[in-house]
Amino acid sequence: MSSELSAVLQLAALIGALALVYRPLGDYLAAVYRSGRHLRAERWIYRCVGADPDTAMRWPAYLRGVLAFSGVSVLFLYLLQRVQGGLPLSLGFSSITPAQAFNTAASFVSNTNWQSYAGEQAMGHVVQTAGLAVQNFLSAAVGIAVAIALVRGFARSRTGELGNFWADLVRTVVRVLIPLSVIAAVVLVACGAIQNFAGIHEVGQLTGGSRQLNGGAVASQEAIKEIGTNGGGFFNANSAFPFENPNAFTNLFEIFLILVIPFALTRTFGVLVGNVRQGYAILAAMGLIWLGFTALMMWTEFHHGGPALQAAGGAMEGKEQRFGVGASSIFATSTTLTSTGAVDAMHSSFTGFGGGIALLGMMLGEIAPGGVGSGLYGMLVMAVIAVFIAGLMVGRTPEYLGKKIGSREIKLAACYILVTPALALGFTAVSMVLSTPPDSILNTAGNATGHSGAHGFSEVLYAFTSGANNNGSAFAGLGANTDWYNTTIGLAMLLGRFLPMVFVLALAGSLAEQKPVPETAGTLRTEKPLFAGLLVGAVIIVTGLTYFPALALGPMAEGLS
Amino acid sequence: MTLLNGTARSTARLAGAALRALIALTVLCGVLYPLAVTGIAQAAFPHQANGSEVRADGRTAGSALIGQTYTLDRKDKAGNPLPDPKYFQPRPSAAGTNTVNTQYKILVSGGSNLAADSTVLSGQIKDRRRQIAAFNGVAPGAVPPDAVTASGSGVDPDISPAYATLQVTRVARANGLPRAEVARLVEDHTDGRALGFLGEPHVNVLELNIALQALARR
Repeated sequence: MSSELSAVLQLAALIGALALVYRPLGDYLAAVYRSGRHLRAERWIYRCVGADPDTAMRWPAYLRGVLAFSGVSVLFLYLLQRVQGGLPLSLGFSSITPAQAFNTAASFVSNTNWQSYAGEQAMGHVVQTAGLAVQNFLSAAVGIAVAIALVRGFARSRTGELGNFWADLVRTVVRVLIPLSVIAAVVLVACGAIQNFAGIHEVGQLTGGSRQLNGGAVASQEAIKEIGTNGGGFFNANSAFPFENPNAFTNLFEIFLILVIPFALTRTFGVLVGNVRQGYAILAAMGLIWLGFTALMMWTEFHHGGPALQAAGGAMEGKEQRFGVGASSIFATSTTLTSTGAVDAMHSSFTGFGGGIALLGMMLGEIAPGGVGSGLYGMLVMAVIAVFIAGLMVGRTPEYLGKKIGSREIKLAACYILVTPALALGFTAVSMVLSTPPDSILNTAGNATGHSGAHGFSEVLYAFTSGANNNGSAFAGLGANTDWYNTTIGLAMLLGRFLPMVFVLALAGSLAEQKPVPETAGTLRTEKPLFAGLLVGAVIIVTGLTYFPALALGPMAEGLS
Repeated sequence: MTLLNGTARSTARLAGAALRALIALTVLCGVLYPLAVTGIAQAAFPHQANGSEVRADGRTAGSALIGQTYTLDRKDKAGNPLPDPKYFQPRPSAAGTNTVNTQYKILVSGGSNLAADSTVLSGQIKDRRRQIAAFNGVAPGAVPPDAVTASGSGVDPDISPAYATLQVTRVARANGLPRAEVARLVEDHTDGRALGFLGEPHVNVLELNIALQALARR
């Protein structure tokens, strides 16, 4: 069997598996957020919180819950890293410096999981399991909660009520993320991922002597890292490291875990708004972009353009033999089109176009299918834009799901769309202009090692795009553990996560207050393939117009040179 | 003023609720969950959960999942240890050593992150191709891509069947073994694609070298 055929079959198997669980998982999620019952574990948590899970919240209250919870989380995670040196079970690792601790706290709470540290040498058991992995659950749950609030905004009328934040948060953790993670973690361990608290220990080697290897709660962290589209690896090499991703099966399984909730949420959306075909249209737009990107990535990686990869005879730099080029390509697009950022191969060593595809995937705003929750609300905001564009074309007041898209709604959607590009491009520009930040670039024309300037620019653009879009993957050629990058990327991650949430919840509140407009012969049928096509077009045009100049300076210049 | 006090008070109340929620959920996700998974893992899959360690000659020979080096004590001009001709050699590694918490000596995993258009990477690849061809007595064009490129993890446990096959003649000669027997060993240790279509065919270098050692001692 050729590698190309194997890649296509892996893609087909992945799609088959996702299709199989789409309806059951999507329906289950819908039932979770509609349920009027509280489990005993949930009641125990509500009692701790001191919140009544049945109190309906309007959007400002919901937002205050999101911000207070996330703010406290940043502070807690920051402090945990700052005192690591004094904590038991931390392998005697020293405390993390203030700039790096801020960066890491912002990173994990914003579901980004950008890492300017190398896990195996910096983070002990307590910070990994009780700090970082906990935010893998909680940041994912916050994202899903906000998406559900927006869906309720479409589904409800003549009320401003979007549900209860604490109930949505706790249910997501207890009924969705924990059960899925337990199953996934056990599968990963069975295949070879490690799960112990051995710390750093000596392991004998074949030719004599021994080497120090890390132990740790890796499988449990790996499972939620993918399911919650987080991406922060226990090890520096992330899912390329065999203890995180031991074989080709676990590799495809991890890609499946990354995609399963973001895709299934379109079904949940359809069920909750009372028309599953509306969900299918969103799914079609997401699926089309994901498939197109994956096909392009495979093509360019198998083609192995670039002088160094031509000299090697294949694009295997930074890739693992057990996965090969095909599986690494599927992983790369799936991780950058969601907010995951886990990697099973080093994106910086991909072909010039391959790196550009990964970068463009993040620039789309991570909506195909996007991060857990954030993918759905991001795509729904794009749907609002698409409906608006269609409305302009025919000279009719735009409507979506029976709600008028008036000036307030379109302003909020436009603000949402402007936030991340402004952060990504603004910080990139400032970093290129200042004198010291460019020193962190590994692949530059200016330094003694003689690399292209285009790739160096891509490294910085990639870092801020990854941060502002809450992806967390890296063109790791950039030495990002400096005060400048730790601070600015930290800010980009926080603002890129929570400002859009403000606009989404405000939009949800405004939609929920409206009374529904009756459907007429002139209503745009948003459940039809035509609309899915229009949506894909809107996504590509908006992103293209925003980022084209920056892409031309970086990956396109490299790919064409 | 009372309004401001009211705002401050409600903010404090909210922050308190958020903190309590965080603590409760940390107990659930950060203590109970990892402990439960560890319990299941250690009970059901202790070998895998503890690092898939393999043994040879009654002692631990390493983890089957983590690549090792097979080098001589002698070094080349650049100060790198020379490869031991008696063993199958793994892929090149760009992993580094730890720079913080240096009471430990661990490998920090990772790739080179060098770009496809990097002249440094081109140079490395050309050097490796020349060295591997000379070391194994083959034509430079016969050296497969995985042999000249650094892996993503820096501890790739595997090589391609092509790279293993290329090393057979040299390994057989260095160990005084018939070429056909060593070639059969490589064949026996070649893992096809999982389920027939997942990933790429590969040869686990540690397991191959353990079998080779046993064969050489017979």
